[in-house]
Amino acid sequence: MKPALRIHALNTVLDTPRGMVRAVDDVGFELRPGECFALVGESGSGKSMTALSIMRLLPEAGRIVGGEVDLDGLDLLGLPEAAMRSVRGRRIAMIFQEPSTALNPVLSVGRQIVEVMERHTELSREEAKRKALELLRSVGIPDAERRFEQYPFELSGGLKQRAMIAGALAVDPEVLIADEPTTALDVTIQAQILELLARLLRERGMALLLITHDLGIVARMAHRVAVMYAGEIVEIAEREAFMRAPQHPYSQKLFAALPSPRRRAGELAVIQGQVPPLTQEFRACRFAERCDQAFDRCRIEAPAMLEARPGQLARCHLREAGPAAPRAQSLGSHESIKTASGEGNVLLRIRDLQVHFPIRRGLLKRTVGYVRAVDGVSFELRAGRTLALVGESGSGKTTTGKAILQLIAPTAGSVRFADTELTTLSRAEIRPRRSAMQIIFQDPYGSLNPRMRVLEILLEGMRSLGIGRDEAERTARITRLLGEVGLPAEALGRYPHEFSGGQRQRIAIARALAVEPKLIVCDEPTSALDVSVQAQILNLLRALQQRLGIAYLFITHNIAVVEYLAHEVAVMYQGKIVEHGDVDRVLGAPAHPYTRELLAAVPTID
Amino acid sequence: MPFLPFPLFTDVLLWLLMGAIALYVWYCSRKPHLGAPWARVFQSRTAAICAVVFGCYVAIGFADSLHFRVRLQQAAGSEGTPYSPAVLSVLDLALTHLRERRERTYSAPLATRLYAKEQFEIDGKPVRDFPRLRYGGARLQDEAERPRDIAARIGLGLFVAAFAAVLIGLAVKRLRRRRPQIPWSAGGATLLGVLAAALPVLFLSFEYHVFGTDKVGQDVLYQALKSIRISLIIGTLTTLVLLPLGMALGVMAGYFKGWIDDAIQYLYTTLNSIPGVLLIAAAVLMMQVVIDRHAEWFSTAEQRADLRLLVLCAILGLTSWTGLARLLRGEALKLSQLEYIQAAHAFGVADTRILTRHILPNVAHIVIIAMVMDFSGLVLAEAVLSYVGVGVDPATTSFGTMINAARLEMGREPIVWWSLAAAFVFMFVLVLAANLFADAVRDGFDPRVRMGFVPA
Repeated sequence: MKPALRIHALNTVLDTPRGMVRAVDDVGFELRPGECFALVGESGSGKSMTALSIMRLLPEAGRIVGGEVDLDGLDLLGLPEAAMRSVRGRRIAMIFQEPSTALNPVLSVGRQIVEVMERHTELSREEAKRKALELLRSVGIPDAERRFEQYPFELSGGLKQRAMIAGALAVDPEVLIADEPTTALDVTIQAQILELLARLLRERGMALLLITHDLGIVARMAHRVAVMYAGEIVEIAEREAFMRAPQHPYSQKLFAALPSPRRRAGELAVIQGQVPPLTQEFRACRFAERCDQAFDRCRIEAPAMLEARPGQLARCHLREAGPAAPRAQSLGSHESIKTASGEGNVLLRIRDLQVHFPIRRGLLKRTVGYVRAVDGVSFELRAGRTLALVGESGSGKTTTGKAILQLIAPTAGSVRFADTELTTLSRAEIRPRRSAMQIIFQDPYGSLNPRMRVLEILLEGMRSLGIGRDEAERTARITRLLGEVGLPAEALGRYPHEFSGGQRQRIAIARALAVEPKLIVCDEPTSALDVSVQAQILNLLRALQQRLGIAYLFITHNIAVVEYLAHEVAVMYQGKIVEHGDVDRVLGAPAHPYTRELLAAVPTID
Repeated sequence: MPFLPFPLFTDVLLWLLMGAIALYVWYCSRKPHLGAPWARVFQSRTAAICAVVFGCYVAIGFADSLHFRVRLQQAAGSEGTPYSPAVLSVLDLALTHLRERRERTYSAPLATRLYAKEQFEIDGKPVRDFPRLRYGGARLQDEAERPRDIAARIGLGLFVAAFAAVLIGLAVKRLRRRRPQIPWSAGGATLLGVLAAALPVLFLSFEYHVFGTDKVGQDVLYQALKSIRISLIIGTLTTLVLLPLGMALGVMAGYFKGWIDDAIQYLYTTLNSIPGVLLIAAAVLMMQVVIDRHAEWFSTAEQRADLRLLVLCAILGLTSWTGLARLLRGEALKLSQLEYIQAAHAFGVADTRILTRHILPNVAHIVIIAMVMDFSGLVLAEAVLSYVGVGVDPATTSFGTMINAARLEMGREPIVWWSLAAAFVFMFVLVLAANLFADAVRDGFDPRVRMGFVPA
């Protein structure tokens, strides 16, 4: 079949103060009509830069230094900007990760779609409107006439992404580029959007370039897959072949790092080290430093793309010796998690916890109603165990976690921590008890003060809560802690911006551990991290639990993480717990319809 | 002692401020994360050029901020050492030749004759003509020599500037070897440009009134140079009043929220809805009454004018903190939702400590940007206020009073333009340098400008 879009030897660089970053290095692939081509990789691998290079929408510091982008015989890189403008949106359309910022907030949804049509076609206003309504219906927006007149803020995230897709499809583009189109959405909405994209692909026969970091989405959507690492494609294959037997050690590691119930007994595979800085010119294999299977040749000679099996290429010297074996399908048995000593006593007992936020209106700020963020939640957590709180955004998981720590005052209900009722205590009375319960946040960039050194960050809590007799004792304790979370001792004198996301999350964990807590509320601690880094953090959390007997309240939307880490799981929906029980029971035989829907929506790789 | 140091209030504050800035520079040089944005600022060519221009103004301003009184000849029979009632500054001393050579009235730039006809006698006959100036070009035997004399003086100035160019070149070469990332050559070139303009003016000023004279025959160049100090004081001391108010109230409103936020918001909304000039005029007129009632507080006229200037700074500060407070309130609102603040709450860290350790250091860049940007606004505000007559003491020369005087001069026939032109040129260069420098500071400190947009 003739490809719709062919990319050949694309090279894009970014000029930064640290030097020239080779963000996209000799990337080539082709998109075929009616096919979904997935570009997979971790953050910084150059997937988005590839997409932006195709559209010629690079940031100011970026420039394309070589290659070809061939759209059905038309070389896009050679076009003048004016001609390129009639290609964008008309022949290649793009949808972005964050639907809330990709739509113009002051124009109605319909107006934005009609605008695309007016720009690229000769349709009259009336015809354009009719076609836009048709599009809105075809992307599954109910009550299209009303939505047409509405503004983006009146639409939910899923509807906004549908409207974005409708806008992208307005003039029947040949190629659609979707850059992480569902990352900002809940898992049930994600399933709907993926379903929609798959349907549109079948019906319209366009080519879809799907950029994602989620192998589950790849397994569900893609026909062919390319894995990017450090700016280049390391593996390119048909979906089935790739899922069965990934040929590049990096791809193999990505699969091994995914948490799943089968790996519950052991540790997750991690990829040591970090992506090498792309400012250098590579002469050897880029992955060699982090690869278990590397040998001498890998550090001297850069491997070429080798055809390990028909249609499956990998950039690895090992493939000269033949294709790699298929992925091990069953590693271990469904063992239950080993638990630490000291487990048993009920540490935390929540009864009918409610958090209502008043809605205030008018000049005098009268309360006209309440948002029932948490509406009668009850559970118990034993020492040394992990309870996963699962749910979609807005279900009240985080609010529950913060209300337990009394960071948000609960409206009603009881929080008993180690036989003390917390809700009736004053701020001063809670203070001495704060050391027993700590919190780890989602965003490793927002959770550390950029103006404080790591030492000061770690000392702050200890000083405030009077842990340790003097500075010497505290510093000694901190040095030990750093070893425990796997950071070098010289990290103490540095500032947070000098660390990667995973290392920052380790600092945040060390900060919580510094005050010897018995309970840590983990608020989505791995959702901002790449898969391989997520594996490191999950391993660390589990090792700490086994050694120190800490109980975790693990707030997450990632079911795979729950299966790997948790003993019990509670599913939250609209401020209530709809199902609660042993992790095997809830995930294996869900009783509540919402739990079933949630589990069905999770894209899995098997 | 042949002189008695006589520091005015504003002198003391200005020097204290200088000391505080020096301390801050020293502190920044020891903390890499504080020094880094400043290093970025000075890597920009614009910043280097503006810093040199601004530095020249600051040097003049500070030379004008060392006041003293000269000892008089001891009169026979009197006790103690009498000092002159006139308070002079180091700058006055350096510009004695400009200060003391007064003409009778207006004269045009570089003129040899007065700008008004007078009745006088030549060879016993009464003539009505433009008389020769008392000082301007007085040494010339024949007025026809004037162009040649002027050219010679400009040439001499340029010759000295060329000599300075060699020295500057050597210094730039050496500095570039030590800190190659700073655009020394741009700074050096600017300094050379300033010298090439200033030295000819200097040599001309010994014989002529380069910018002419005003109604009472005072040298306009001298007035313009004296105005620099007033501008600097208004631009910097006002921020001393404005900063603590704006920072404390803004950060508190954003962090504590609730009724504290409401109260502070009402306060600045109310303050903002009163026309600024009206408020300032009312305050200045009230202050004027107080000063006039208590003449015994002041031993000299300079002291009185100085207090008026200081109070004007305070009033300007009290009426203009609202913008900064609003900015900081928004930033503190955002910061207080950040996770490291919540983590601090989870550790039971006290509010005051969160404010000083977590919030203030993270809004510091906004404060610095606002301070540098406010400077030029305040300099212009002074000109406007003095123009409408509620600014500095009428006896003080400032850009505002010069422009105010020009109101009548522009309506006169033939027109007197040089007062306004001099005030305009000096103020324009100062404000332009401050604005461009503020832009460079913002670029250096604003994280968004620094990162650019680099998608994953």
